[in-house]
Amino acid sequence: MLKFLLIVNKQGHLRLSKFWCHDKTVNKTVLASDVIRNCLCRDEKQCSFLDYKDFKIIYRRYATLYFLIGADKDENELAVYEFIHNFVEVLNKYFKKVCELDVMYGLERVHLILDEMVSDGEAIEMNQSFALAPVQVLDAFGHRR
Amino acid sequence: MANTRLKKVKDNFERLFDKNLTDMVRGIRNNKDNEGRFIAQVVDEIKLELKQDNISVKANAVTKLCYLQMLGYDISWAAFNVIEVMSSPKFTFKRSGYLTAAQCFHEGTDVMMLTTNMIRKDLNSSNTYDAAVALTGLSCFLTSDLARDLANDIMTLMASTKPYIRKKAILVMYKVFLKYPDALRPTFARLKEKLEDPDPGVQSAAVNVVCELARRNPKNYLSLAPIFFKLMTSSTNNWMLIKIIKLFGALTPLEPRLGKKLIEPLTNLIHSTSAMSLLYECINTVIAVLISVSTGMPSHTASIQLCVQKLRILIEDSDQNLKYLGLLAMSKILKTHPKSVQAHKDLILSCLDDKDESIRLRALDLLYGMVSTITLMEIVKKLMRSHGSAREGTRLYRGQLLLLRSSRSAAEQNYQFATNILWYVSILVELTRLEGTQPHEELVAGQMLDVAIRVQAIRHFAVSQMAILLENAHVLVGNSRRNSICEVLYAAAWICGEFSEHLLDPQNTLRHMLRPKVTNLPGHIQAVYVQNILKLYASILVKAEVEGERRLVADITDMLVDKLPVFAQSSNLEVQERACSAVQLLKYVLKLVEKEVAVADEVQALFTGELNPVAPKAQRKVPVPDGLDLDARINDAPSSSSSEEEDLKEGSFLSEADRKRMGLDQAEYRKDYVEPTPEQLTQMREVRKAEQATNPHYLRGEVAVRKPGKKRRGDAANSHVDDIPVTQLDLSVPLKITGLPLSEDYIKMSNTQEKKKKKKKKKKGKKGKEDSDTEEEPPAVLAVNTEVGELPEGAKETDDEDEGVTNDPHKALDIDLDVPLDDSEKLRVATYAAPTVGVLTANTPTATPSTPPPVFEKVKKKHHSKKETEKKHKREKKHKKKRRTESTEVTTTDLPDENHVGLDEKKMDDIEFWLSGVDAAQQDSKVAPPAAAMPTPTISLNNRPAEPPNSLPVTVETRPAEDDVDVGKKSKKIVANECKTKKGEGGQAAGGP
Repeated sequence: MLKFLLIVNKQGHLRLSKFWCHDKTVNKTVLASDVIRNCLCRDEKQCSFLDYKDFKIIYRRYATLYFLIGADKDENELAVYEFIHNFVEVLNKYFKKVCELDVMYGLERVHLILDEMVSDGEAIEMNQSFALAPVQVLDAFGHRR
Repeated sequence: MANTRLKKVKDNFERLFDKNLTDMVRGIRNNKDNEGRFIAQVVDEIKLELKQDNISVKANAVTKLCYLQMLGYDISWAAFNVIEVMSSPKFTFKRSGYLTAAQCFHEGTDVMMLTTNMIRKDLNSSNTYDAAVALTGLSCFLTSDLARDLANDIMTLMASTKPYIRKKAILVMYKVFLKYPDALRPTFARLKEKLEDPDPGVQSAAVNVVCELARRNPKNYLSLAPIFFKLMTSSTNNWMLIKIIKLFGALTPLEPRLGKKLIEPLTNLIHSTSAMSLLYECINTVIAVLISVSTGMPSHTASIQLCVQKLRILIEDSDQNLKYLGLLAMSKILKTHPKSVQAHKDLILSCLDDKDESIRLRALDLLYGMVSTITLMEIVKKLMRSHGSAREGTRLYRGQLLLLRSSRSAAEQNYQFATNILWYVSILVELTRLEGTQPHEELVAGQMLDVAIRVQAIRHFAVSQMAILLENAHVLVGNSRRNSICEVLYAAAWICGEFSEHLLDPQNTLRHMLRPKVTNLPGHIQAVYVQNILKLYASILVKAEVEGERRLVADITDMLVDKLPVFAQSSNLEVQERACSAVQLLKYVLKLVEKEVAVADEVQALFTGELNPVAPKAQRKVPVPDGLDLDARINDAPSSSSSEEEDLKEGSFLSEADRKRMGLDQAEYRKDYVEPTPEQLTQMREVRKAEQATNPHYLRGEVAVRKPGKKRRGDAANSHVDDIPVTQLDLSVPLKITGLPLSEDYIKMSNTQEKKKKKKKKKKGKKGKEDSDTEEEPPAVLAVNTEVGELPEGAKETDDEDEGVTNDPHKALDIDLDVPLDDSEKLRVATYAAPTVGVLTANTPTATPSTPPPVFEKVKKKHHSKKETEKKHKREKKHKKKRRTESTEVTTTDLPDENHVGLDEKKMDDIEFWLSGVDAAQQDSKVAPPAAAMPTPTISLNNRPAEPPNSLPVTVETRPAEDDVDVGKKSKKIVANECKTKKGEGGQAAGGP
């Protein structure tokens, strides 16, 4: 089960955070900054998985953006690794050459897409056009407004 | 000035036209230096915006809040406004509201109870996306109250005509179960149906939920094994396969027969799949299965071999990620099948040179597990060599860590691995010279002490090594704190003192211990020095007296009296104390020596006696001896006190005040403590005995009381000092530690020994004698004190007194699902009065009744859902026909809900049959035709919809070309229609193809 997803840039600025664990004992802000610090200090030669407390952190870097996912110990690392790539491709498809600014200014859209693909920490929609369908509907609504 | 005025005008303008999210993000970026102030300003603006009536302004403000929340600012104060936006009829606003709610609401948000009706309205909305957004939101902020109130609505949605809604509803259901476990049983039948839903998305969602449930409480879901097995052998969705395979990993420990059945399809998958993630999952599960059913598996070595081979490929891959996971999985195999991993030792050793630290760490972990009699020396040698060359700090540290861990394991296993203990000691000594030992200096010191104490046979060697360490103390201490490993000197000093009879040149060692530099050492080490200087002195004394060298005795005593006062000046109390008493003792001895009295034996007597290791829990386990009565009074009973009191009163030497005080004290004493009568005493004793009887950790009295002083005297006094050969060590170059045999010498030694042994074996072979001795046998059997430590007799070494209590929400979901449903268990179908739209827009929270009077619409609802199910069954029938499967299992879904229970029981029997495996193939072919193809699952790798791609480029694919694809299309069309016309289908009942 996925616990959280963070999109961070190279400087460590948080661009998106989504938590699927709503444990009150977890201070999300502290957790996020700690995980980010742990990931950013790794160099490119190192593998994309690391253990952090009770989580497995799986991260991937795309240009200036890091996509970090925290999952529980049972999760399959490679599957999560591929999921990140799939997610990025969906974003790429929607934003046409996605970049950091798209994620910043289109935060709501990214959330919408993410909600389609992950529900309650389970990756559920891998089909790219299905994942994009609702957000496209929303856009259609928006134009008519 | 002009600039600031311009800015003011600009600010006013911006306030006029509400800033949207983009502006805010830009603003934050432009105000990097004073972000806090800018955000405070933004928050003020947002507060103003939220006060306006215009919902679009509010929605804008809420969107901005969502961003601020992400940055870590608290926005809980706006919770009510978020709910306002959520209740907006406009989808874009609603969506913003739900998104913000999902990000910031939690169980404790008190306005949540206002949302029940609003969410219910959204769930039952005719607009697909309204319902969907509500479901998505619910999965984030569902509380137990909401779960209880909305469970029925969500369950209804599980049977929606739209696959999109069905899917979302099923996924939310998992959260509902967690928050409201009572919902599980009434909903489960429907959930199970959905495992065979025609829509792959819905099916995958149901699999997800059931897998999550089953992994936490596997025993309740064993009956679903056949369905999952069918899915596993027929599905082509890798994501789903991973889930199912994981689930089987959880089920097999409960049902070993399942494991047998699984191995074959799993190995087939391992052979056939191209997706690494699936391969990895399969390997992991095969390992788990083999662990749980280690016996009675005919081909299990073959499967393990296959796994290890595949893992080798992963480890050899250039991709760091695969390498890492390969090593990780390898370590799992290691636990049960160490031999198969042992074969790949070279590969794992080569990973030690990897550029990635985490991979090196994994490799080290593996090596740690692989340490055995045969490999220990080789691995340690490799590690030592890599230390010599590597300069990386971290690496060194890790390597050392492993080395020490392995050596510790050697210690834990009572040196059964360290066949050559001399080698082990030399490794320990060598470690002191290596960089990076510093963090583990205490461990090294502890190991030195441990070996020297436990293994009598190597004491001579150990003492000689320690003497060399003491002589070269300045090298160990080093210049900076960072490098100093003076802790080792603690061990060295103690060993030299305690086993001084083994010293080659005690006087020389004594001189080295008295060097002025010693006073720079930490206090506790100095204390040990002082004590052991005395021990050394005692043994020298004995030797000198035997040889009649009185001159020497006087000299040495003089020297000590001269030099020891240095320690007496120490700021460390213990050092000071010991030094003072030592000096006094020496002065006394000196006096006696001058009178030509033989004192050696008396001095020696101070230090005789052997120290035995004592177990850490020994003190607690000492039984109360038979004769000891803890209730008996030690002094006389206070009965005499009354007479005393009278005496006191009579006596004139006590003042009145004193007497009063005394009297008061006596009275208080009496109030507090009532002397127990004999009956009470016996009663108390019995209670205590009963307590002791029930306490498993209490040691019974029958155990014979230990003989005091048993084996206390050591052999120190009896040993012959004359036996020690005296050789002069040449230390012309102090920095180079001479006399330290390299550990490699011992490897050579052991190799030659092995060769000899092999020769012997050959001879033996020629003789034709089969010897049970294996290679592992140590060359010489050394007496090792392998006891854990002294414990009172009868006490057990381990205590499992404390057990962690975990607070797991899944415990509540441990519900038997095969028991038929009660009427009372059915979900509450109560619905509240339909909420009026305007309720929430009123700004006072009290306007919404928190507990509105329930209006039961049971009849209507029931009717509703019946209609619903009928429709659904019709649809399903259609698909069944399309599939042309006449499997009994599938047709059960056509029956109304009430009959499900009975069929479940039937299915339970089926499982027994299914698992019995005898006619499994036939049975499978009867029950479920797709599973008949079990031995060779035909998985087409090409048209997978959601395969986790192994290679990066992912092309957009459509749903698989299965026969149910038209349903997807239809639903898609419906969705499209909705979007165009913005009309719904007018309620769920009106929907459907």
